[in-house]
Amino acid sequence: MPLETEPNIPAPDDFYQALIDAHAGLDDQRSAALNARLVLLLANHVGDLDALREAIALARDGL
Amino acid sequence: MNTRTPARFPYTPPRELAEGGELRVPVAIVGAGPVGVACAIDLALHGVQAVVLDDNDTVSTGSRAICYAKRTLEILDRLGCAETITGRGVCWNVGKVFHRDRLAYQFDLLPEGGHKHPAFVNLQQYLLEEAMLARLQAVGGAVRWKNRVAGAAPDADGVTLSVETPDGTYRVRADWVIACDGARSPMRDYLGLDWKGQVFRDRFLIADVHMVGDYPTERWFWFDPPFHPHQSVLLHRQADDVWRIDFQLGWDADPDEERKPERVIPRIRAMLGDDRPFELEWVSVYTFQCRRLDRFVHGRVIFAGDAAHQVSPFGARGANSGIQDADNLCWKLARVVREEAPPALLATYDVERVAAADENILNSTRSTDFITPKSAMSRLFRDAVLDLSVRHPFARRLVNSGRLSMPTTYRESVLDTPDTDTFVSVLVPGSPASDAPVRIDGHAGWLLDRVGGAPAVLYFMAPDRAGDLERLVQLAGELRVVVVVPAGGSAFSAGDAVVVEDVDGLAARRYGAAPGTIYLLRPDQHIAARWRRWDAPAFERALARATGRKEVAAHAA
Ligand SMILES: Cc1cc2nc3c(=O)[nH]c(=O)nc-3n(C[C@H](O)[C@H](O)[C@H](O)COP(=O)(O)OP(=O)(O)OC[C@H]3O[C@@H](n4cnc5c(N)ncnc54)[C@H](O)[C@@H]3O)c2cc1C
Repeated sequence: MPLETEPNIPAPDDFYQALIDAHAGLDDQRSAALNARLVLLLANHVGDLDALREAIALARDGL
Repeated sequence: MNTRTPARFPYTPPRELAEGGELRVPVAIVGAGPVGVACAIDLALHGVQAVVLDDNDTVSTGSRAICYAKRTLEILDRLGCAETITGRGVCWNVGKVFHRDRLAYQFDLLPEGGHKHPAFVNLQQYLLEEAMLARLQAVGGAVRWKNRVAGAAPDADGVTLSVETPDGTYRVRADWVIACDGARSPMRDYLGLDWKGQVFRDRFLIADVHMVGDYPTERWFWFDPPFHPHQSVLLHRQADDVWRIDFQLGWDADPDEERKPERVIPRIRAMLGDDRPFELEWVSVYTFQCRRLDRFVHGRVIFAGDAAHQVSPFGARGANSGIQDADNLCWKLARVVREEAPPALLATYDVERVAAADENILNSTRSTDFITPKSAMSRLFRDAVLDLSVRHPFARRLVNSGRLSMPTTYRESVLDTPDTDTFVSVLVPGSPASDAPVRIDGHAGWLLDRVGGAPAVLYFMAPDRAGDLERLVQLAGELRVVVVVPAGGSAFSAGDAVVVEDVDGLAARRYGAAPGTIYLLRPDQHIAARWRRWDAPAFERALARATGRKEVAAHAA
């Protein structure tokens, strides 16, 4: 299963706001913890190791 | 502070000291740890008496191996010493993982039924070694205690060892030497071999504690507990009311200070959380490493166990994999010594066990990375996994406080014959054979007990193909032939073949077998080849290949 990089979220603004709102009131450390949990939950949802590796490579690109 | 005095074994001055100073043997084993002794027993069972040289006169001292996995127990059973070990050891199924001040989750290993041996047994290493040494004696072998190998001169036909005893030095001239002289292996130095790998920058206080009371037989692992903040702690049971306790200390800890009872006792007291009595048996501070030799076979010197590869103990892979080395090596070496196979057969030990060492090193490195995260982000993810594990089963699969030792499948080994038929089974060529409950002459038994240590054939009886069976029975003698019949299947006589009844149908299920299916097993009980029906030429080719008679020589040439 290739990683989906074409638009796939029906309401992108709603998602983005939900993501930012989730961090409201958290200090940097807690925010980082939230992100880590989110990555793990989403990774499990994806499941496919090739897709996950591809996402990791794309995220790492240019850093 | 030890509550236990290790068994001591008598040293006998070697007669070679008086008689010109040289002992000639086909095989010499350096080191009488679990791996050297496993090799000596296995070789003896294959008809090769080896001399075992050890610089010491006791079994292992200090806190060492405690946990032996199912495959290792099956090998020890084949060697004839599993009964004492499982009898003395403790079995556990429940593990608990704590994070900070709470139980994150617990798991029950609920071992799959229908195996003679449990998933693992805990027993302190000195008791394992005592049982193995008793077995070595029973098969006519012996250890030359206080015989230190002080030098080794290998050449094309053998090795000359220089051996120091309290009464002087003599030589051992061996066609083959198995170096089982442990992680600090002097044999590696004598041969000038590199020992490459990684040291983990962390220290662990390891204590064996004697405490009597009603404590659960469970494995408890704490991450960052209040009584030992920012570090991990492990509590695990051994035989005779002895408990293994590991405290992670961090790299900056002072090993000499940390070993002192006045530092150790309060740590344990804080962990127990009450004032129940306990006594310290052993206390050590360890730094762990993962290393291996590039190759395990160096001409006439073959390395096995910790001398060949070293892993961190998370996952209990040291002694387990060393005994699996012995299992892989000894039948091959015995065939080479008896000139039934060319020395090239030993190259397959190198390939198969180097791959196994890499698998073990990978697993134990991953555990160590989880337990000792190497960066702030790695720790953040580790803690996130632990936080999520309280509610989410998926995260529990990511928690890694040691993945318990599993045997290696020798995939694509030159000894295996690739499948030409289709099988629905977790087993593949190269896998260790699965056990299953069977009935033999009306008595309950186990399939692997019948397989033993010879090349073996498992034949799932097809009543309409009596001809197959006749052909197979003619092979009995050279091969062990085990005929599997369905539950209630008719008992019949089949010459030297052993007929077993597949009482619960588990043998057929595990092997993905239908009537007529044939498995060929190597002497170490790994699967060499399999077919849906008897095919004499294919069988002959696979057998020659599996026992190193033809194809291996061709491959190595
Ligand atoms: C804290 C800890 C926990 C562990 N837990 C586990 C576990 O749960 N499960 C597991 O499977 N493994 C575990 N291990 C690993 C296990 O202890 C080793 O892998 C195992 O002892 C290796 O056996 P060996 O025979 O290769 O070497 P050793 O046991 O080290 O034996 C080597 C022998 O060679 C002898 N020798 C050395 N030099 C010479 C010489 N020059 N001449 C003659 N003889 C010599 C020594 O005296 C010794 O008897 C643990 C290790 C540690 C430290």
